[in-house]
Amino acid sequence: MKAPDFSYDRPETLDAALAALADGGPEARLLAGGQSLMPMLNFRVAAPSLLIDINRVPGLDAIEDEGNFVRVGALARHSALERSDVIARHLPLIRDVMPHIAHAAIRSRGTIGGSLALADPAAELPACMLALDATIVVRSQQAERRIASADFFRGVYETALDADEMIIAVEIAKQASRRHAFREIARRHGDYAMAGLALTAAAGEPFDGTRVVFFGVADRPIRASAAENAVVGLPAGAEAGERAAAALDGALQPHGDLNASPQMKLHLAKVLLRRAIEDLAGRPS
Amino acid sequence: MQMHRSVSLTVNGERVERDVPVRLNLVDFLRNELGFTGSHVGCEHGVCGACTVRVDGAPVRGCLMLAVQADGAIVETIEGLSAAGALADLQDAFVARNALQCGYCTPGILITVHDYLERGGAADRAAIRTALSGNYCRCTGYQAIVDAIAEVAAARAGGGAA
Amino acid sequence: MTGPLSVFDRPNSYIGRSVPRPNARRLAEGRGRFVDDLSLPRMVHAAFLRSPHAHARIANIHTAAAKAAPGVVAVYSGADLLPRIEPWVGVLSHLKGLRSPPQPAVAVDVARWQGEAVAMVLAASRAEAEDAAALIEVDYQPLPVAADMERALDPSEPVIHAEYGSNLAWERLVEHGDVEAAFADPDATIVERTFRFGRHTGVTLEPRATLAAYDPSERRLTVHYSGQAPHMMQVIYAKHLGLPEGNVRVVAGDVGGAFGIKVHTYGDEVAAAAASMLLGRPVKFVADRFESFLSDIHARDHRVTAKIAVSPDGKIAGFAMDDLTGIGPYSVYPRTSAIEANQVLNLTGAPYMLPAYRARAKVVFQNKTVMCQYRAVGHPIAVAVMEGMVDAAAAATGRDPAELRRLNLIPDGGYPCVSATGMRFNELSHHACLDRLLQLMDYEALRADQTQLREKGVYRGIGLSSFVEVTNPSPMFYGVGGAPIASQDGATVRLDASGAVHVSSSVTEQGQGTEAVLAQVVATAMGVPIESVRVTTGDTDITPYGGGTWASRGAGIGGEAALLAGEALRAQVLQAAAAILQTEAQKLDIVAGAVVDEAGQERVTLADLARQIYYRGNELPPDLKPELIATRHYRVTDYPFVFTNGCQASWLEVDVETGEVTLLKHWVVEDCGRVINPQLVDEQMRGGVVQGIGGALYEHCLYDADGQLLNATMADYLVPMAAEMPDIEVAHVETPTSTSVLGAKGAGEAGTGGAPAAIMNAVNDALRPLNAEVTEQPITPARILEALKAI
Repeated sequence: MKAPDFSYDRPETLDAALAALADGGPEARLLAGGQSLMPMLNFRVAAPSLLIDINRVPGLDAIEDEGNFVRVGALARHSALERSDVIARHLPLIRDVMPHIAHAAIRSRGTIGGSLALADPAAELPACMLALDATIVVRSQQAERRIASADFFRGVYETALDADEMIIAVEIAKQASRRHAFREIARRHGDYAMAGLALTAAAGEPFDGTRVVFFGVADRPIRASAAENAVVGLPAGAEAGERAAAALDGALQPHGDLNASPQMKLHLAKVLLRRAIEDLAGRPS
Repeated sequence: MQMHRSVSLTVNGERVERDVPVRLNLVDFLRNELGFTGSHVGCEHGVCGACTVRVDGAPVRGCLMLAVQADGAIVETIEGLSAAGALADLQDAFVARNALQCGYCTPGILITVHDYLERGGAADRAAIRTALSGNYCRCTGYQAIVDAIAEVAAARAGGGAA
Repeated sequence: MTGPLSVFDRPNSYIGRSVPRPNARRLAEGRGRFVDDLSLPRMVHAAFLRSPHAHARIANIHTAAAKAAPGVVAVYSGADLLPRIEPWVGVLSHLKGLRSPPQPAVAVDVARWQGEAVAMVLAASRAEAEDAAALIEVDYQPLPVAADMERALDPSEPVIHAEYGSNLAWERLVEHGDVEAAFADPDATIVERTFRFGRHTGVTLEPRATLAAYDPSERRLTVHYSGQAPHMMQVIYAKHLGLPEGNVRVVAGDVGGAFGIKVHTYGDEVAAAAASMLLGRPVKFVADRFESFLSDIHARDHRVTAKIAVSPDGKIAGFAMDDLTGIGPYSVYPRTSAIEANQVLNLTGAPYMLPAYRARAKVVFQNKTVMCQYRAVGHPIAVAVMEGMVDAAAAATGRDPAELRRLNLIPDGGYPCVSATGMRFNELSHHACLDRLLQLMDYEALRADQTQLREKGVYRGIGLSSFVEVTNPSPMFYGVGGAPIASQDGATVRLDASGAVHVSSSVTEQGQGTEAVLAQVVATAMGVPIESVRVTTGDTDITPYGGGTWASRGAGIGGEAALLAGEALRAQVLQAAAAILQTEAQKLDIVAGAVVDEAGQERVTLADLARQIYYRGNELPPDLKPELIATRHYRVTDYPFVFTNGCQASWLEVDVETGEVTLLKHWVVEDCGRVINPQLVDEQMRGGVVQGIGGALYEHCLYDADGQLLNATMADYLVPMAAEMPDIEVAHVETPTSTSVLGAKGAGEAGTGGAPAAIMNAVNDALRPLNAEVTEQPITPARILEALKAI
């Protein structure tokens, strides 16, 4: 399982990276953490002609407190997010999620930009972006765009990124006046989830401004607005949990995989949602 | 023709300069170019943990990093860490408790555990099992490994020798 | 035997002591010597092009582009290699009716499983060999695929080997007593079940690896081998490559896990040796993980229907089963792919008194990866079926599962005896083990816990399993059927001039501690500190001739040979010392590396004695001819197999909403005879249990209807990892076998044999109040939810 050959470029500035991406053609791929790309190369299911290694581009890995939002550079490693005080204080959902992402050695290298650009439907961070209503900042040689996370994830390994665009940061509003819950079911710790959800809502009861986002059940992270509507005006608790779960019937049409059929994913989604809501009830916000 | 590039890095305290194929991954570079065969290859897709080495102070899958990406880096393998005595109490505990059988997973596990303990990892068995969750061992069933780590973690926390 | 004391009474005996393994330190420091760590001058690397089809005619192979690719030294098709490698046939004469056609090392004309090698590239690097393999164009003509073993014998199914007229490879019927009468009894409780066991594989962390080096100037082939049976492979390489056996040397150094996966003949490994002969250069082949999933032997794909009759007094009156297993398109060579089914027939119900028993097995060919012996061969199925039926019968008759076992396990005083299937048992201790288990786990307290938690909607379960394990096999296993597999082993023990003792043994080490156990036995027999003992294994040029390690025979058979050799050398040393010291040998002993007299006074160190003998022969009595080296061999003669017995328990919790299983605790009580190193035995139990848990809950080679393996990655094929595994408590009952002096039986496989049954029984015990049951392994969350009718 040795990678096929490729050309390799290691730009030292963002401009050089963007130029390389623009000139690289359809067979060029960005190499950030490499934790998803390298297995593809080793299995020879991907054979890019050019790898543009952006790990040396300066200024893309900071996690910054920008007042009412946090700006996370695209090259911030998972391990940095895991240990960041800024994240712990202002984005506790992400703090809670990070230990579930693969394993420490993967988190040493994996980046948030890489995870979002890959858009694996079973990954945690894309779902978190939706639950946090994050904005994804992308740049090409021509321009910078801000893309709402709701518009960013288009399908399996498919995003709103144009071929010559690169994620440079994610902007996430601080969650001081909000509460969150996170649950996932995986066969083993660190595996991709069979089903998972990230939930955010206004702090305090009853449910307000709720965002329920599932991952591992569709071709992208998916917001369950039917469930969000079902809990309007209800406090977190058994009733809200049951109504939200019931609302998933017909609203969620999961895709099956090796571990779980569509019916099983729907079933798990309901159980997770009910339990996540019960988590909120058990926790003073 | 394979694309080549020169790399310059520090491996186990020694400065190394080589011209390598860009597609050569770090663990293959360490094993086949430099002869550090203590790190092992088990899956080549980052799941089994046998190739875990230390790059700039962090545990990393050697099969998922290109050698050229380690340009300018400080790389430590089981050989260097052993020679420096950094793993001595762990190795003593592993040997005493038979926390290794065939030994193939052991270097990757020791590097993973070294990081866990350096970051203040507790002697809590569940936390230890979680820390080990990315390293596959087929021989031991993991318990002796957990026992050895718990013993060392407690000893380090207690300030004494294992 | 010499001297007034037995080996166990000797001063400073290492028998029964948890001495750390001498080779553990260097492994912990990253100084292992695995095959891929080796490099030889002018070595080339092999990569194989493998069939993407489960069944296809190979019409044409175009290799010109591959041959011209950078770094390529040679490209061979199966047809190119056929003249150099004699195909093999995986049958043995004592498995009557087993048939399998000749199997080429690399496919010729037809590929019969996805992953079968069809061509080979030799290049300067593995990467370049893979690049070139991708340039080979093969004209395949896909053929109909037989990929559903339950339909394999239907007339409408494709027949893989037309000359056989069907996909039947082997069948056997075992009958004892009158099962139909037992089932016809109107007062009996009859229980029927169908069990399914998912095909899975060993996933050794070090993949299969071979470095074959042929020297044309001497016509000598040296193979550096990651495997268990070097002498067997010596015969096989010689036979199938046309070399005299004496010209073949097989060397096993450090092996990164084997578990039976590495005791079989693989076409790609033999092809690597053939390539070395063709090129006159060393050839290294290391299977990558993807090709390991496709080409390592698989195991345990069975469907078993079972029926049990229990009389009102709780006694099992009869048991019947039908076992169907789907192997690959060939029976694997030389151990055959019928042995697993044969074990299932022979061992199901073995712990119990069974007045009537009928078992039928059918082994069918499939267009899937070949299947053969993997740790605990057949036991996981045999034990799970019987133990599952016993628990089901207990529930049906309103009895506690432990109570039903007590009523039916062979009494501890009831030996020797012969089972319904002709297995000869002696010195087993099922009741003592079960008693100890129930005490160790505090069975009553767990039942109380379970009841209390059920009221809160928490579902925990206890699963028991009682079992026997085949260990220390005699030639009845393989040799008698014509296989070049030794069931005897030898050890040479040598005293060197420094007083160090060197042991050379024909059993082998893969991490279980073979070398440590041999050192303990010899150090004890000789009376030397263990630090002065050095052990060599695995080299056919150096060690005595023997069978290697499989069927849990290393300690029992290899250890016995080492004991006999050590005692012989001790006697020879004392004879020489007596002559030199002018006393009698029986008045001397060796303690802590020195010859001592009856008063315990040190008379001469072994080092001084050896130096005198080796360097200053002039000082010796002229008629003294000391031999400071002794070789002895050992085989089991009294019984075809020396069985061990044990029992296990699993305590787990089922989340009935998600189907997730949390393993809370596991216990093993094992009687493997004399325990030479308690820590090593316990660790074999633990590792074996977790491997069994793998098959019970996680591991499954998933095939589609076209014979495509869907989950050939470590992300999709799930092996047990640390966070999900329980702590495992191990205790022992020790009934030494009287078949040897050491009294040691085997211990390597019992963990794996007994664990799946305990896990399955625990899950079903947890689910019983909800009228749900799972009899298919792996027991996944999906299967639990289906059983609960939640999905």
